[in-house]
Amino acid sequence: MSVRSTIQSEFQNVAAEQERKLAALTDDLKLIDSGLDSLSFAIVVARLEDALGVDPFSSDTAVDFPVTFGDFVRLYESVAK
Amino acid sequence: MPSKPRSLWESIGAAGVPLGRLCGASAIVDLADLARSSSLGGRLEALRGRSVLLDVKDPLLAALAMLELDGVAARMVLCPADLAPEHLPAIARGAAADARVGDTEGPAASLEGIEVSVGVEPRLRPGPLAREISHTTEWVLLTSGTTGVPKLVLHDLATLTHALSDTRPGSEPIVWATFYDIRRYGGLQIFLRGVHLGSLVPAAPGEAVPAFLARARDAGVTHISGTPSHWRKLLMSGAASMIAPRYVRLSGEIADQAVLDALRAAYPNALVAHAFASTEAGVGFEVRDGLAGFPATLIDAPGAKVRLTVADGTLHIRSAGNAYGYLGEEAASFPRGADGSVDTGDRLEERGGRYHFLGRAGGVINVGGLKVYPEEIEAVINAHPWVHMSLVRARRNPITGSVVAADVVLAEEVPGGSRPSAEALTREVLQRCRETLAAYKVPAMIRVVPTLAVSASGKLVRPDA
Repeated sequence: MSVRSTIQSEFQNVAAEQERKLAALTDDLKLIDSGLDSLSFAIVVARLEDALGVDPFSSDTAVDFPVTFGDFVRLYESVAK
Repeated sequence: MPSKPRSLWESIGAAGVPLGRLCGASAIVDLADLARSSSLGGRLEALRGRSVLLDVKDPLLAALAMLELDGVAARMVLCPADLAPEHLPAIARGAAADARVGDTEGPAASLEGIEVSVGVEPRLRPGPLAREISHTTEWVLLTSGTTGVPKLVLHDLATLTHALSDTRPGSEPIVWATFYDIRRYGGLQIFLRGVHLGSLVPAAPGEAVPAFLARARDAGVTHISGTPSHWRKLLMSGAASMIAPRYVRLSGEIADQAVLDALRAAYPNALVAHAFASTEAGVGFEVRDGLAGFPATLIDAPGAKVRLTVADGTLHIRSAGNAYGYLGEEAASFPRGADGSVDTGDRLEERGGRYHFLGRAGGVINVGGLKVYPEEIEAVINAHPWVHMSLVRARRNPITGSVVAADVVLAEEVPGGSRPSAEALTREVLQRCRETLAAYKVPAMIRVVPTLAVSASGKLVRPDA
């Protein structure tokens, strides 16, 4: 699975578990409008670390915090092995 | 700050700056109007000398009630907006509450022992108000407990304002905004700063980041505080540029270098500071150099008003801002050491002249500023017939500091049952957790493992969080 499709499926899984209505995952979707709350994002990031082996938010490097879904995917693509 | 104010109202009047405003989501109140009018519908005197449960959702109403009740009530119990209603009876009992201040939206209070129930409203009613001070009000704050029932932490105006005594009013008015619930210790500190130094904009429960920032901007926010989790949420909201504060404060969780750097980039003209405080130990310190951790020179600093020490690997604090103790059944469990200092339970490690926080001792997990006791979640997981034992632990997370993870050992056999697949068991356990626990306590991941380490004394080996 590509990084993008892994991310998409984790967004969908977590939204279903947290009983949240997920917006269509287009690149210009603002994360704040995605339907996920902070806890949901925390779970998504933890699961992506297991699935992709990376956590691009890791604390010792500078991070541009993603604002849109496209930013989020690019952040992972830039560090994925 | 006067040397010994007898009430919060007297204290803010003597602070040396003009009274500001309380900017709620529902209304904006000029503090000066409280001099001659009341939010308690003429019922303030009915609360004199009583132990009052302050049980309102709206932080604006809580702020008004706190300002009016200090010096009048014998005791005031601050219930945060997200308090589970089923804990109210135990809290009322533990605090010997005989009165309640609520909002009309709140649950109808038919609590045992409550003799007087008063509504609070943002529309102030004028009336003859003496604001006579008759009591040194005890302030009771709630923290989460192992069984889910909060512990009652005893403070008063003197301990709560101890950290403010260094704060000098500046030449320009200060407008504090906070993501916190002002009924919890960190938020209460910001409430007290706001009303002493100018105005306050508290976030409303469940309020979206852009809506809160719009209110803060309209109020002219200069100072703003939240947990690193709040700040990451703001940075990811795309709305950060709506405000231009002079001072940005993080506390309540470990502030890592990434979030500090991102805030400095988002707010180049602001001082970005991170602070440490706990409900039991009070305010510890503030770090203003933009770096994660804190300088080792703060530990055992001679002559410090707040004495910081490290014992058994955790941060201890001794100051006049320490809480007096726990009320009720939990009184004996208050973490005060032999030297009088309070053990924060936060583990430290020294690296290159700075101390860094490692997490909590005893496995307590901090999810976005909310404490989670593993035992409470393990009890729910272990109730599944096919679970032999479980271990709930913290997993580091860049969004909420930590998330909850669980390791589960399956039973060998269950009479009359066929062994479920690991996948089915995980699903069922998660379902049980979702039905009985708050969302932040539900494990983000469950692993089925062959064994868990048990110590010689028969206890689960619990890694520090």
